[in-house]
Amino acid sequence: MARRTSPARVAVFTALGWAVGFVVFFPILWMVLTSFKTELEAFRTPPSFLFFDWTLENYAIVQARSDYLRYAMNSIVLAGGSTLAALVFAIPAAWAMAFSPTERTRGTLLWMLSTKMMPPVGVLVPMYLLFRDFSLLDTHVGLIAVLALGNLPIVIWMLYTYFKEIPRDILEASRMDGASSWKEIVFVLTPMAVPGIASTILLNVILAWNEAFWTLNLSTIKAAPLTAFIASYSSPEGLFWAKLSAASTLAIAPILVLGWFSQRQLVRGLTFGAVK
Amino acid sequence: MGSIRLENVSKSFGETAVIPSIDLDIEDGEFVVFVGPSGCGKSTLLRLVAGLEDTTGGRILIDGKDMTDTPPSKRGLAMVFQSYALYPHMSVYRNIAFPLRMAGVDKAEIDRKVREAARVLNLTDYLDRRPGQLSGGQRQRVAIGRAIVRAPTAFLFDEPLSNLDAALRVGMRLEISELHQSLGTTMIYVTHDQVEAMTMADKIVVLNKGRIEQVGSPLTLYRNPKNLFVAGFIGSPKMNFVTGEEAAKRGAATIGIRAEHIALAPEAGPWHGTIGVVEHLGSDTFFHVTVDGVGPLTVRAGGEAAYGHGARVFLRPDESKIHRFDAAGQAL
Amino acid sequence: MATKKSTRIGRIAVAPSVILLFLWMIVPLGMTLYFSTQRYNLLNPDRSGFVGWLNYRAFLTNPGFTTALVNTLILVGAVLLITVVLGILIAVLLDQPIKGRGFVRLMVIAPFFIMPTVSALVWKNLLMHPVSGFFAWIMRSLGLTPVDWFTHHPLLSIILIVAWQWLPFATLILFTALQSLDLEQKEAAEMDGAGPFSYFFEMVLPHLARPITVVIMMETIFLLSVFAEILVTTQGGPGQQTTNIAFLVYAQALLNYNVGGASAGGIVAVVLANIVAFFLVRLVGKNLEA
Repeated sequence: MARRTSPARVAVFTALGWAVGFVVFFPILWMVLTSFKTELEAFRTPPSFLFFDWTLENYAIVQARSDYLRYAMNSIVLAGGSTLAALVFAIPAAWAMAFSPTERTRGTLLWMLSTKMMPPVGVLVPMYLLFRDFSLLDTHVGLIAVLALGNLPIVIWMLYTYFKEIPRDILEASRMDGASSWKEIVFVLTPMAVPGIASTILLNVILAWNEAFWTLNLSTIKAAPLTAFIASYSSPEGLFWAKLSAASTLAIAPILVLGWFSQRQLVRGLTFGAVK
Repeated sequence: MGSIRLENVSKSFGETAVIPSIDLDIEDGEFVVFVGPSGCGKSTLLRLVAGLEDTTGGRILIDGKDMTDTPPSKRGLAMVFQSYALYPHMSVYRNIAFPLRMAGVDKAEIDRKVREAARVLNLTDYLDRRPGQLSGGQRQRVAIGRAIVRAPTAFLFDEPLSNLDAALRVGMRLEISELHQSLGTTMIYVTHDQVEAMTMADKIVVLNKGRIEQVGSPLTLYRNPKNLFVAGFIGSPKMNFVTGEEAAKRGAATIGIRAEHIALAPEAGPWHGTIGVVEHLGSDTFFHVTVDGVGPLTVRAGGEAAYGHGARVFLRPDESKIHRFDAAGQAL
Repeated sequence: MATKKSTRIGRIAVAPSVILLFLWMIVPLGMTLYFSTQRYNLLNPDRSGFVGWLNYRAFLTNPGFTTALVNTLILVGAVLLITVVLGILIAVLLDQPIKGRGFVRLMVIAPFFIMPTVSALVWKNLLMHPVSGFFAWIMRSLGLTPVDWFTHHPLLSIILIVAWQWLPFATLILFTALQSLDLEQKEAAEMDGAGPFSYFFEMVLPHLARPITVVIMMETIFLLSVFAEILVTTQGGPGQQTTNIAFLVYAQALLNYNVGGASAGGIVAVVLANIVAFFLVRLVGKNLEA
């Protein structure tokens, strides 16, 4: 394992790797830089990289727009609520399928997966009409339900693959040790399942936070999250770049941090365990 | 007390009958080993006793009480798993204490018992560690500790030594035998390794394809195997089997003779053959001899015996130690 | 755990999820199917009734449909090509001895966590703007004429944005798969005299075949439904140049209020996705057995 690599090789790959990383990351970096410029500075050509008058005024303005906070709150409510709702249904289902599989478990799992394959646009019309008829348009409840259902297959799959990895021997050992069903869940299963559940929550929050089909189509003001807030910057084209950047930076920052923490689980969740 | 009785026990998974029907009596305090090749149903049988699988038919009595439908936690048995099945999120102390906590034993009593078990098993210095920080042998000891603290009616071992390296395995084998001597509790031990069976058991149950081939003490099985399967499975090296003319001469379809019951003779003997591979173990030497008209045989000789590859030798079987089997493989 | 009691509890635990997902799938889809055979316009609710295949014929023969279908296929194909090829290269690069690899990896995967509306607007305004955009500045610095991306190459612009968003996904999955490549296998190949190129083509690519398939299928599912990026940048225009099936259905439904026509379009989108899903489910299913 401890192979010697020539320093020249390391230097070349390091330079290349950092260059590629920088290029891919650049749009985000540029956005963050722009968010600290004045609107005038943001437009300037040639653009200034680091040597400009750093200002926080864009953030102040974005924060001051009373509705920004509401959008942010909505994002939190929708992401958190839909994740919680999905977990309530997914944990028992994944638990049962992982620990007492029947001959139908495999088929059920694949069928759940296939529901995720349906393009949302295929059901846009009826969903819109149903939402309208049940007065769910632009409500938290409606969007939480849609986001939770949309992500339920992924959540079940992820939990299933995690639960599957808890050795059955250990659960059997706890029974031999005299643990009743609920004690088994409280003392043995839950502590071992927590890391998997945490990763699932993380991924689901990210997906729900960035969801931009249902949130854009089924909400307008009251329940609209940050995706919609940012979209509202698309109309007055080119006038508020710095503010757009500040708002965008605020909108992505929390999720970027969460995402960076969850990169391993991400692969697993998004490929339904097909790649680990 | 810990007598266990299986009456007519059967188990099927779907259409396949893993265990057609088994009757077995295990006396209190006995060390019983279930041995057989993989897939013979020995682990399933153990899990039926444990209650981790439902029986398809028959009854399981523990201390005379019908426990067929009792959940595992209520059977009063303790089990040591092949993977040890330690709780990774608990310290060694909490692992060993777990069954006592489940039973609602009070704190002081738990502490006393855990420390006592740790002392017996040389785990005192590791009580605060997590299972992940222990070596294979130590994990094995924790698993055993978890089993002994609750003073069960019987211990069940499911191939407990198969994940250990050879040297540790011998050591743990002795420790488990020692434990059985000092506790005197019934133990059922599942293994595919006939050496473990021979060295540890009071009573060996040889299983094949879900059926009991023979039950008996190690030496009974070694000396008087009831059929070809047991004869071939018990003993190392494997018993030599000879068919054809030599067998017919002795009125059998197959004859079997163990390596130590054939003598090498330099000048004369009934069989004549060429030495192939020679294995020197120090105390013994095993010769793999291709015998004219008989086939390949393994012969055991003293550590000093010196014949090289390709040498021609005579062989003299001990006629009184030859096992004879009929065409169906049953001993005659 | 193979006891009768646990199996029964298991069924009860799975049931709510199955029922919910079943309703979630079947009710709207059934409604879409029903509407697709109806004359139904929200602006003109009085004129209604069964029209058979008329909506389908109208949707499929609408010149906009052909354009949208072609745009969808180009978008999906181009993004797949870019992300898979670059993804393999970057994954292999990340697998090399790089100082600070963890940080480089963070930078590379970051775009995946950016919400679609943000990435679309940032690219459109800050990078691709023909006058003050960053790309324009680079072009001018090189003595070239800046490109007016969204006017002259609208679909390419969308493709670049979407490819940027999905590149991390491909890279991350392929990189994860690469890391599971057996080190001993690599050493065996070296002992057998394989150079870096034959190692890549003989060992690495075959090893990546499966994850590449997964990437292609997962991306396809999502790329068929690209929506927000178009909505906030081009609104499908100029003309129909960036309208894909998803956006066309949206326009029919929520801009023209043509429920029947949009439903027919929705069914077409479902059929398209199902063709892909069919293969994906089989692939993942195979893995489930292993």
